[in-house]
Amino acid sequence: MIAIVDYGAGNITSVRKALEHLGADAQVTSDASVIAAAQKLIVPGVGHFSRCQVLNQSIRTPILEAIKNGKPFLGICVGMQWLFAGSTEAPEIPGAALFAGKCLRFPAAVKSPHVGWNQIEVSSGSRLLKGVSNGAYVYYTHSYRAPVVAETVACTNYGDAFSAAVERDNVFGVQFHPEKSAETGLKILENFCAL
Amino acid sequence: MPSEPLHPSKPNPGLPGTPWLAKRIIACLDVDAGRVVKGIQFQQLRDAGDPAELSRAHAQAGADEIVLLDITATSDGRKTLVETVRRTARELFVPFTVGGGVRTLEDATRIFDAGADKVSINSAAVANPALIGEIAARFGSQAVIVAIDARRGAATADAAEVYVSGGRTATGKKALAWAREAEQLGAGEILLTSMDRDGTGAGFDCELTAAIASSVSIPVIASGGAGNAEHFVEVFSAGKADAALAASIFHFSSPNFGTNTMAELKQTLLNAGIPMRWPC
Repeated sequence: MIAIVDYGAGNITSVRKALEHLGADAQVTSDASVIAAAQKLIVPGVGHFSRCQVLNQSIRTPILEAIKNGKPFLGICVGMQWLFAGSTEAPEIPGAALFAGKCLRFPAAVKSPHVGWNQIEVSSGSRLLKGVSNGAYVYYTHSYRAPVVAETVACTNYGDAFSAAVERDNVFGVQFHPEKSAETGLKILENFCAL
Repeated sequence: MPSEPLHPSKPNPGLPGTPWLAKRIIACLDVDAGRVVKGIQFQQLRDAGDPAELSRAHAQAGADEIVLLDITATSDGRKTLVETVRRTARELFVPFTVGGGVRTLEDATRIFDAGADKVSINSAAVANPALIGEIAARFGSQAVIVAIDARRGAATADAAEVYVSGGRTATGKKALAWAREAEQLGAGEILLTSMDRDGTGAGFDCELTAAIASSVSIPVIASGGAGNAEHFVEVFSAGKADAALAASIFHFSSPNFGTNTMAELKQTLLNAGIPMRWPC
């Protein structure tokens, strides 16, 4: 069973629908015991980083335990940003700090939020992005983004380059919305389900 | 771990020399009591008046987003909206916006629970501007589109006035000021419809679109007047639009409209140097 963690940051329905379409056994939950029992976790989300506060409460430990035990974890949008140290959008809320660096707002030179379909430059060897072609389009809607780090497996250029996807062992994150990215997005979710 | 380092400074990997962020083509379906009104040219559809089937067909043809606009006049008919949204969202994996039936935070919540990604609010936002912030606070700004119906006649763009109630009632508000106010209140995008051009097929109002796009930092979706592919080129260049919405062109313009025509539209735009999601 894949637990879709509901922490009040929207977009849960879309992710659940996409997993149902793929035939996955998924359950929306905010219950620590369901999270602990799941084989895989997805933390979706869209909106303000302050919503990550809920992720730092009673469900933080079971989520981090699951990751430590090697269970596949996918963070989407704000759920990916939470994997970093934090975000200047809500400096008082820490992230999980599994990846280095903080999420920052887009530079003033570009329109913000970054909304729409943009391309990803994919590095070879990603398990999550297996079969996704370089230059594929994915759907974004966000004002803050994570830096490019050693574990970045795809980046997008908007103002400058940011992490479109990160991957280390069983921990995955995507800034874009695979559940809204047509065939490319479904392929990525399918890859996650098949891990 | 990546097996080779990334080179973020490299040009666009798919289409060298173009910007990365694509301009969007949005297909709009007008729905009355659960049925798409205005016709239907996807010949492979079993039920061409069904919003769910037609939305999927548009998405498969390459539409970057789908907007479902409820134009139902009767309260009995309006009760079907949530169910229509639920059925439409079920197998739709591109962004999905619903407008026309959203007057309160509770309305918006039902629409989001049924699977919409964004709501578009128009008259209700003018009557109660705080609604923009209420929905944004709960669902995020990215989920709130403020739709502005504007008319300027022969006057300049900064004189364009906001109309509500399906274009029947003038508000005295200036479109530019209202767009800026909507952004400040928490709108994530502006959907600008030129009432002067709507239904004419004479092209978008590029001057008005550019004026609005230059006065806000959020994306602007242009609507009203699309008649051919060249009109889209104009609205994305001179009009500075981030996205363009059309309904009838996708339903009526060609008796064979389907996969090829959306692809042809995007190909024309790509040839003109407009970044498009491709292949679509």
